[in-house]
Amino acid sequence: MVNGYHPKDLIEALKIRAEVSCIPLAGGTDLMVQNARGTGLSPNFDKPLLFVGHLPELRHIEKKEGFLHIGPSVLLSEMLSHPFIPETFKKAISQMASPPTRNLATLGGNICNASPAGDTLPFLYAMDAELILENHAFDRRIPIEEFICGPKQTELKSDELLTDILIPTTLFPVSYYKKVGQRRGMSLTKVSFHGLAEIVDGYVEDLRMAFGSVAPTVVRSRDCENSLIGEPVSTLKSRFNEIWELYEPSIQPIDDARSTATYRKNVCYNILKDFLTHLENIKEIYNE
Amino acid sequence: MKIECTLNGQRKTLDVSSTRRLLDILREDFHLTAVKEGCGEGECGACMVLMDGKAVNACLIPAGNLMGKEIVTPEGFKESPRGKIIEEALIEAGAVQCGFCTPGFVMAIESLLNEHPHPTEENIREGLSGNLCRCTGYQMIFKSVRLAEEKGAGLW
Repeated sequence: MVNGYHPKDLIEALKIRAEVSCIPLAGGTDLMVQNARGTGLSPNFDKPLLFVGHLPELRHIEKKEGFLHIGPSVLLSEMLSHPFIPETFKKAISQMASPPTRNLATLGGNICNASPAGDTLPFLYAMDAELILENHAFDRRIPIEEFICGPKQTELKSDELLTDILIPTTLFPVSYYKKVGQRRGMSLTKVSFHGLAEIVDGYVEDLRMAFGSVAPTVVRSRDCENSLIGEPVSTLKSRFNEIWELYEPSIQPIDDARSTATYRKNVCYNILKDFLTHLENIKEIYNE
Repeated sequence: MKIECTLNGQRKTLDVSSTRRLLDILREDFHLTAVKEGCGEGECGACMVLMDGKAVNACLIPAGNLMGKEIVTPEGFKESPRGKIIEEALIEAGAVQCGFCTPGFVMAIESLLNEHPHPTEENIREGLSGNLCRCTGYQMIFKSVRLAEEKGAGLW
């Protein structure tokens, strides 16, 4: 049986995708571990692999028409050294795994693996990132929130490949990232949070808050965000418990090997409070 | 799958299953046993090699991703001027005890100094964060990076 395809370009890859049931593999840092069989043995995949990490069409980083386009096969380490990648996104990426793993792992892999603990996801959700999915005949554009439907579940059809990741080039003057894990290096996330804001004359102009690892998918409470837009920053701290009540129902963590639901919820409370306090600090800096 | 790649400076054509791990290819097919299997999931760094000059975990790489790549193992690196300096530095700092993790650390130190010829303390901790050592402790290993930096001035 053929157990792997190594297409020369995207067209050939999409042709194989249309004809054969297969598993796209870019860096392999998740798939090789999820399908491992133990010491000295090759991993076992129930379908042939389609290698896509080398495809030149999937390795771009460019700015076009208000969007930063990142090819899904771009390595995490390549993103860390690229001037177009926002610093706050780099902050999240630099805390993922370790340098040797980041030399293999790709952005597209982190998205398609659809882990609730995927550390690039809170930023992508907060930025309203969109994805391009292509088959041999058509392409479609889908918000990341609609693409990921649960742990390890995505809207990717069996003849499609993720071919582009679009992030609006909007700049947020206030950015905040926090990852809570067991140790600094090599740890999987217990809770992660990406917060972005724009404050104009002491009022919230735009606000994005996304939590990772606290529900089946990344959580963004748009109700909560919208209720705060237009509000004076100075009142956020005193209103925090009211804000938390609005946010809290969307945070549904579980007990697992890494942490407990109770701990995760407490951490979310503390992080959200810290972020909104941080907004006030930014305001104080502006006032100086 | 037929795979063309370079291993320790020599061109090779591998005829292997595309899912076979680079770690197994190196140890079993080429008897290059400096790479070790510790965790088998990319966390311990004992199987570290250089791929196109960058440190990577061989346990995470399927053969299909080796097409056209240049792989250097600790065996291929140790006789180079940089390899000798790192070896001396590890010995002088007392950074080797059981030795299981050492080949991986050699690769990580090479990759670290290649990126940061004069690393900060934070660069060193970050650069070696993908390698676990369970007996020497990390302080001597950190010290060996400083020694390699001094002894090998101009090499990186």
